Amino acid sequence: MTSTALAPSRSLNPFAGLMSGTTGPVIVVVLAIIGAWYIGAVALNTPFQLDTYERADRTNVPFSELVSDTLAQERPVLPAPHQIAVEIWETTVEKKITSKRSLIYHSGITLSSALLGFLIGTTLGILLAVGIIHSRVLEKSLMPWIIASQTIPILAIAPMIIVVLNAVGISGLLPKAMISTYLSFFPVAVGMVKGLRSPEVIDMDLMHTYSATRVQTLWKLRLPYAVPYLFTSMKIGMAASLVGAIVGELPTGAVAGLGARLLSGSYYGQTLQIWSALIMAAFLAGSLVALIGLVEKLALKRMGMTR
Amino acid sequence: MTALAGAKDTEMVDNHKSASPDRVIDIEKLSLTFETGDGPVHALSDIDLKIEQGDFVSFIGPSGCGKTTLLRVIADLEKPTAGSITVNGVSPEEARLNRAYGYVFQAAALYSWRTIANNVALPLEIMGLSRSERQERIARNLELVNLTGFEKKYPWQLSGGMQQRASIARALAVEPDLLLMDEPFGALDEIVRDHLNEQLLQLWAKTSKTVAFVTHSIPEAVFLSTKIVVLCPRPGRIYDVIESDLPRERTLDIRESPEFLKIAHRVREGLKAGHSYED
Repeated sequence: MTSTALAPSRSLNPFAGLMSGTTGPVIVVVLAIIGAWYIGAVALNTPFQLDTYERADRTNVPFSELVSDTLAQERPVLPAPHQIAVEIWETTVEKKITSKRSLIYHSGITLSSALLGFLIGTTLGILLAVGIIHSRVLEKSLMPWIIASQTIPILAIAPMIIVVLNAVGISGLLPKAMISTYLSFFPVAVGMVKGLRSPEVIDMDLMHTYSATRVQTLWKLRLPYAVPYLFTSMKIGMAASLVGAIVGELPTGAVAGLGARLLSGSYYGQTLQIWSALIMAAFLAGSLVALIGLVEKLALKRMGMTR
Repeated sequence: MTALAGAKDTEMVDNHKSASPDRVIDIEKLSLTFETGDGPVHALSDIDLKIEQGDFVSFIGPSGCGKTTLLRVIADLEKPTAGSITVNGVSPEEARLNRAYGYVFQAAALYSWRTIANNVALPLEIMGLSRSERQERIARNLELVNLTGFEKKYPWQLSGGMQQRASIARALAVEPDLLLMDEPFGALDEIVRDHLNEQLLQLWAKTSKTVAFVTHSIPEAVFLSTKIVVLCPRPGRIYDVIESDLPRERTLDIRESPEFLKIAHRVREGLKAGHSYED
């Protein structure tokens, strides 16, 4: 009865279906953000535009022209979304990947060191956690250093890492990757310590009744238990790795990479270049975190941990 | 049989010295005190108990009487603070290392990332058995608990009773002569519990294993056991040991018989007396 009564009223409003799910509300929020961005762009770029008019001795410029001019400046204080979109389009699709002006080329450089650093950091984090849960001595001696390492501003220690590694003859990708490692090992280590310690008492007792060795308990109980913790930590670690790779490019005067794009953009007041690099970095981080989420879903499904 | 106080002295002290070959568990003057922030807790005090090969022994008592702790001492999950205990003539630790027993916990404690077959395989992997031997034992023990066909299911896909049966199959797969069971059916409803009790009894008759079984259900204890150990709390101690004269072959109908009710009555009286003793 109710379904027949509901059906016509639903068909009357073509947006009812859209708004009933999450897609509709999400679109509304995104549009609101873009709208606010445009208003901000107009407001922030207006002073410079008025200066320009004054110098050109133009008065009584109609408001509509002012708006369109503020959204079309070459070096706006706040670029409009469509300007960034055009800039990204021009530097990705319309440029060869090998070109020094290709954003894909720069992203690739940053990405490779972020991924290398992430892999090393994740491995290191897991090994540290395994050591810490098995030895009170290791826990007491390592934990303070691990925490202290994260209180140092990365911008301060990044040049040191690069200088020290250069002095011992390591250059290229690895020094930058080490900065990503420095940032990404921490969430993995902390998350894995928690994860490896999370088995219930009854599960540990069971292993005890089997007289299982520590290694067997680690492989057959602790590690499977820690898998959900690992993925959560890896998501944080991945985003931190990308930040580390970008930050690693800043103080070292790197000529390539997203960090280098940010740096040269700020030298020459190329706000469009800065913003497109920022958007690209956010896009990369988002995609990588989503990718880990996907792997997590598949892994947990394979392990029978999701219903 | 009738004198409650006399039951405590039924075991002769000189029996301890010459451990008979079919004595599985020998406990003498055993105490266990937990040191807590609020002072010592006497979980077990002056326990004397002998369990022979093929016995089905139930530990029954109110919560806090130490029945689970006693089982955990046998399993080397807790260390006694005084007295002596041997399992198969050796220390509990050695017995554990020899994989002398299978332990069934209150909860099924199946690993959620393993299928039922792989959960049963867990102790076998730890023991280092070959793949073919593992397969053979999985099939045999799952059949024993009527879970054939559920090998590839994950624990959450099974009912509580089936999960507990799987955990029994896992304990049996080790092929121990001694089965330690800590309120294995406590969380199940009575219909499932009756059914599993009957199955467990058949299993016991078939395999001639020794079983130590913790419960707080009088009918369950009387129905299953050849020997019922009544414990009372503060400090946890043995109040009465009842040797059951019910036939080994039993069906659920036996619960209506006068002999059954007589033993159940004695257990109930023991529980009551053990409690008022304290108040």
